[in-house]
Amino acid sequence: MRVSADRDVCVGAGLCALTAPGVFDQDDDGLVDVITPDPDRTQQPAARQAGNLCPSGAVRITE
Amino acid sequence: MTDTTETAAAIQTRAAPAFPADRTCPYQLPETYRQLRDEPDALNAVTLFDGRRAWVVTKHETARKLLADPRLSSDRTRDEFPATSPRFQAIREVRPAFIGLDPPEHGPRRRMTISEFTVKRIKGMRLDVERIVHGFLDRMLAGGPPADLVSEFALPVPSMVICELLGVPYADHDFFQDASRRLVQATDAAGAIAARDDFQHYLDGLITTMQAKPGPGLLNNLVTRQLAAGEIDREELISTALLLLVAGHETTASMTSLSVITLLEHPDQHAALRADPTLLPGAVEELLRYLAIADIAGGRVATADIEIDGRLIRAGEGVIVTNSIANRDSSVFENPDVFDVHRSARHHLSFGYGVHQCLGQNLARLELEVILTALFERIPTLRLAVPVDRLTLRPGTTIQGVNELPVTW
Repeated sequence: MRVSADRDVCVGAGLCALTAPGVFDQDDDGLVDVITPDPDRTQQPAARQAGNLCPSGAVRITE
Repeated sequence: MTDTTETAAAIQTRAAPAFPADRTCPYQLPETYRQLRDEPDALNAVTLFDGRRAWVVTKHETARKLLADPRLSSDRTRDEFPATSPRFQAIREVRPAFIGLDPPEHGPRRRMTISEFTVKRIKGMRLDVERIVHGFLDRMLAGGPPADLVSEFALPVPSMVICELLGVPYADHDFFQDASRRLVQATDAAGAIAARDDFQHYLDGLITTMQAKPGPGLLNNLVTRQLAAGEIDREELISTALLLLVAGHETTASMTSLSVITLLEHPDQHAALRADPTLLPGAVEELLRYLAIADIAGGRVATADIEIDGRLIRAGEGVIVTNSIANRDSSVFENPDVFDVHRSARHHLSFGYGVHQCLGQNLARLELEVILTALFERIPTLRLAVPVDRLTLRPGTTIQGVNELPVTW
């Protein structure tokens, strides 16, 4: 799994950082930061859920 | 004749029940919504108060697709915007805050505020929220039983929290709680306009004070940075402050009252939650799904023809995503009318979806977690002082909730 995020379309809802805190964070401006672009098996379900929940389409999950 | 032509006529020719409808139970759909939900189509025509038709979206996946579709506009100053009440119709021409802007204007305005609402920032507020919650519980316990949970607890808690976040003096709470209630519950245009004018006058004065003597909080930051730099003008800043202040306390106040009712009316679910506090975050999501208190917030107008899930929305037609109905889509939530704290429900649409999804959602989650924990720890024998069917529910035209909730212990 590869995780990426488009900060240009991020609206700072924070669902990614809430749902998969080991994979995503928010910077001081509130925008998405991917801190683990290659999550391990234990992190993948939460990363997948974060991708599904992201309201702006900023989070991309490639499997 | 093409399929498109046939569906194009649909909004005028189909049966179109009056919308919105009033709940008769604090936590169940009105009968009209239940019928709309059970229709096979994802979009159904409804009739608004002024006789106009609009589409109501009832399927969860269709709702998500439409809320993320840039061809639907949130600009409530458009003539075609589906106003759901005389109150809304009367105040929609005001210069909107970012909730009423479309991309590309929307993004930069929203980004002025999001740094204050990150998961980390909100987590850092937990001790402050706990202090505020216990402070109001101390007072309520000292004065009762009985008590009115709304005026003594459910409303003042989020009111003080949002004041501290924004830098608005809580000492003014008598004014803005009253103005806020008048604004969201006005039954006619004149009442809504009067409440809005009072609010604008108050906020204009507050901004002048902040310019002279800046303090802490988001509104002060917007005044000393963005307003001073010309990135936002005064009129739009007033709209933004009004949005944040009203949305910050009316919603959480309603969620608190209706959550207490729901938990007390479902003692098995309440007992399960009390026995296992790790269920709390999930229970809060389920309460948000189940209660969907801002269920008419998803109004849009089509700026182009949109073909979706077998229907054609024509340019200029109004679309309303009713999250209370979409949250009861049985293809997404099994037994959707059942309240189940064990359910995984975070994909509910109670905060909306798309670029306008609720800015304060993580603050709402924190507040509800702290509120429900503290309330039932401090008052384990809390119960309603009147039967649920005797409570006066707010009408369907505004944020769902109760204006009074008599409780005892």
